[in-house]
Amino acid sequence: MENIEQRVKKIVAEQLGVNESEIKNESSFVDDLGADSLDTVELVMALEEEFECEIPDEEAEKITSVQQAIDYVNANVKK
Amino acid sequence: MIHVRIAGTGSYLPGEPVSNDDLVARGIDTSDEWVAARTGIRARHLAAADVGASDLARVASERAIEAAGCDPDDIDLIIVATSTPDYIFPSTAALLQSKLGIRNSCAAFDVQAVCAGFIYGLTIAEKFIRSGSHKRALVVGAEVFSRILDWSDRSTCVLFGDGAGAVVLETSDKPGILASALHADGSHHPILCVAGSVASGQVIGDPFLRMDGQAVFKFAVKVLGEVASEVLDKAGVSAESVDWLIPHQANLRIIQATAKRLGLSMDNVITTVARHGNTSAASIPLALDVAVREGHLQRGQRIVLEGVGGGFTWGAALIDF
Repeated sequence: MENIEQRVKKIVAEQLGVNESEIKNESSFVDDLGADSLDTVELVMALEEEFECEIPDEEAEKITSVQQAIDYVNANVKK
Repeated sequence: MIHVRIAGTGSYLPGEPVSNDDLVARGIDTSDEWVAARTGIRARHLAAADVGASDLARVASERAIEAAGCDPDDIDLIIVATSTPDYIFPSTAALLQSKLGIRNSCAAFDVQAVCAGFIYGLTIAEKFIRSGSHKRALVVGAEVFSRILDWSDRSTCVLFGDGAGAVVLETSDKPGILASALHADGSHHPILCVAGSVASGQVIGDPFLRMDGQAVFKFAVKVLGEVASEVLDKAGVSAESVDWLIPHQANLRIIQATAKRLGLSMDNVITTVARHGNTSAASIPLALDVAVREGHLQRGQRIVLEGVGGGFTWGAALIDF
């Protein structure tokens, strides 16, 4: 079973069309990985599906980097 | 068992296409690159100031009636889906009846479900025909959204266009419309609305379209995937059996995300958003007619029509064409 960090990076790679090797924990979706506003919405939807959770809009707005996504999942998703 | 088929389609777009660059030349602070990357829209049509929804509806309807091979007076039900009617009243459907020269006193009324309006109208007409009370319905989506756009709001004014699409539905001995579904959730009304009204001779509230684009995007992708699956399940057929998905044409990114969720290739999706922009209730019948007239959609093929709009409202229809 892959850990949460690996699963998040895999989703980010798939949604944003970048190589997993380019994705660092500190990567910002918009500034480093070239995401636009709709990419970030789709990314949140993909995270919701992967981790079977609902991320409220006000929380989703705060998830702007890979590490923030990993932290959100670790803090909010039952393992 | 009375079945309902699409006998003919027609559509109409006013004037010449207006490109993203044309909008820039008119002073809109945007760029072709920005609009195309986020929406897939390259051009839209905008009606002249003296052209109303019923005028666009008339031409689209005449073309659909001709394609159906019937006379205007053979129509016994007229439903117009619009959020930009000519008047507060009478209905655009009543005006359309007059403009088409239909004098048989058939029922005519408007349906207001914004971008899902055509699916609502189609489904209502389907039920009327299935009940045996009516035999041949004209269902139209007609919009002049340019009238409710705030041209100083670059996040919305570039997205919409004007146009009309129409279908003639009639009784059939073979299955046509296999399944349909309609939904609404009014709790989402603030994320897409024109929150104004007319009272005491003036506009009260806001006369312009306002949208929370990201919230709409998320909601649209979710429900469009669900409602397409719902009609497939109702009919007991698989997504692989669908030849064409003809979704509401709001945004190419929504369409792509929806197709992906359904496991459909974009090769099986009709898209006209690049040429038409979002024409609200008109977009689905416009795309349907383009698919027919450009030779993509053939008789006997299976299609899913689906739309989502302010309200929120959404729905889908599964049809053997």
